[in-house]
Amino acid sequence: MRLLLEKRAERSRRMIILSPLMAVGLTLLTGAIIFALLGLNPLRALFVYFVEPLTSSWSIEQLIVKATPLALIGAGLAVSFRANVWNIGAEGQLTAGAILGGLIPVFFPQWQSPLALFFMLALGILGGMAWASIPAVLKNRFNANEILTSLMLVYVAQLILDWLVRGPWRDPQGYNFPKTVSFSGWQLLPQFSLGPIYINLGAILAVAAAMALAFLMARTLKGFEIRVMGNSPRAGRFSGFSRSRTVWFCFFLAGGLAGLAGICEVMSTVGQLQPSISPGYGFTAIIVAFLGRLNPLGALVAALALAISYLGGEGAQVALGVSDKIARVFQGILLFYILACDTLILYRVKLLKSSSAATSPA
Amino acid sequence: MNELLSIILTIITASTPLLLAAIGELVVERSGVLNLGVEGMMAVGAVCGFGAALTTGSPMIGILAAIAAGMILSLLFGFLTLTLVANQVATGLALTLLGLGVAGLIGVSFVGQPGLKLPLLQIPGLTAIPFLGPVIFGQDVLVYASLAITALVAYALFRTKLGLIIRAVGDSHQSAHALGYGVIPVRYACVLFGGACAGLAGGYLSLAYTPQWIENMTAGRGWIALALVVFASWLPWRVAIGAYLFGTVMILGFSLQGQGIGIPSQLLSSLPYIVTIIALVIISGNRALMRANTPACLGQPFVPDR
Repeated sequence: MRLLLEKRAERSRRMIILSPLMAVGLTLLTGAIIFALLGLNPLRALFVYFVEPLTSSWSIEQLIVKATPLALIGAGLAVSFRANVWNIGAEGQLTAGAILGGLIPVFFPQWQSPLALFFMLALGILGGMAWASIPAVLKNRFNANEILTSLMLVYVAQLILDWLVRGPWRDPQGYNFPKTVSFSGWQLLPQFSLGPIYINLGAILAVAAAMALAFLMARTLKGFEIRVMGNSPRAGRFSGFSRSRTVWFCFFLAGGLAGLAGICEVMSTVGQLQPSISPGYGFTAIIVAFLGRLNPLGALVAALALAISYLGGEGAQVALGVSDKIARVFQGILLFYILACDTLILYRVKLLKSSSAATSPA
Repeated sequence: MNELLSIILTIITASTPLLLAAIGELVVERSGVLNLGVEGMMAVGAVCGFGAALTTGSPMIGILAAIAAGMILSLLFGFLTLTLVANQVATGLALTLLGLGVAGLIGVSFVGQPGLKLPLLQIPGLTAIPFLGPVIFGQDVLVYASLAITALVAYALFRTKLGLIIRAVGDSHQSAHALGYGVIPVRYACVLFGGACAGLAGGYLSLAYTPQWIENMTAGRGWIALALVVFASWLPWRVAIGAYLFGTVMILGFSLQGQGIGIPSQLLSSLPYIVTIIALVIISGNRALMRANTPACLGQPFVPDR
């Protein structure tokens, strides 16, 4: 038996849509096997993990809360990856955004006005952009691999946050816990009611960002430039596009959105700065970008799917006694299946028996 | 004197996992494949090595389990990138995410358990020599193994026909294919070798460096190993030098913390990451050096025409 790949004449549009669906199906199947191996009833476990998060208005609220940072970051990464700019340090840019935006509540806790809200969000974006500018400049000036530099900066940003909340920014009234003052009033995201559920401003910003980026990619020259630079940098250079400008644009875009995700997270769910502010949203967003077909609107849908994996992990821990770390396993398996199924976009896969391979012309 | 000795001994144990992981990845990249999953393979190697040693009571079985775990994950990577020609960067990231997840899940039951430590070499007479004895004759077996592997890789890559084939496959897979060499099998072999080395590096962390299981105990070492390969411009002995330089930076950070000087501990902990960035910048800025040594087909997919 061996696999034979046969190149398709052009990219299969059907497979672009089908591949992520197949990947999700295969992940569920693998999940059932894992649950069975753990000695659980696979059907019940799958129900608890993947369906229950969708059954109450409280859990739908939670789903949107978890999908918000994933969608914000995933949309930016989708554009970056399209351009072949491999920013994998979004987790660090998220942290940097939270730190810079957190300046306001730490130093001006009394400042209560819509302006405070606005400046916190703006500083969050700036923080993410500033942190993302480091790998961008190192890439453009020194040709340093952006994958490695952006990833190293994740650790640095997290250590800076750790130092701040244990040291200079620690809440003097916080009983020595490593945290800043609790944010309050206009220094938290406002909530809006949407029928029976509440959503915060972050979710609205995520939808707006995804739509804006989808428009940018499909309808503007910048979007065209990004696609050309990703598909064929040589052709891009001949048409006068600059590689370094693309790198700058992608890092600023994805970094800014990751920073926004970070400040939104500390202005809602977390409500303060503390050593750990994200369960790896910046890394999970990589999967979101791929599951969403490197398309900002696709990332929006994919963010909801990945949010289920976080929520299901928490539910499984309570209802099934499985560690919530299983969420990371499912996320990793999902990305593997997506990448494997994506082969079908460019190739037809044929299984040949080795004996018949020698004789048949196919 | 005693303090200096203990610092040198810790530097050696801190450098060994970096060297093991980096020398494996060097061979992978020399064959034209970029496997960004080193961190994930190390994590799974660490947890499997720890668990196997704990259950069987034998650190040696732990080491074998770590190697096997790394190889299984690298086989997965090879299947996707070599057989299904999936994007190598994305697949490597997937391997890291999956590896860290699997390691965390397996490791839940090992948290807080006391581990087994690899025994140190004891040669009567020699190990007792003051200062030099413990440094040269008193290490665990993997320290010697890491240096032996480096020598073997350096010899094999540049002095044997096998090495010539590996480098040919990495520099021009079309030509190597035209000459009748199996590009895909050679790459599979190299990817598996890299997986074994990364798993071994992880096992070293949980069986020798800090004999216990802590989640995220790899702490970016897999990524630093990837940077080391670039830093060493794909030359084996430079990888060894680089690994020991980085090990020194890590340990000096720790021992400065121990001195209780006024620098925040977080700054010292971030030193290896910052030094990695600086090292990458210095080497990558030298475009002539990069062009001379970077495998020309690094990261490029190869589909044999039937």
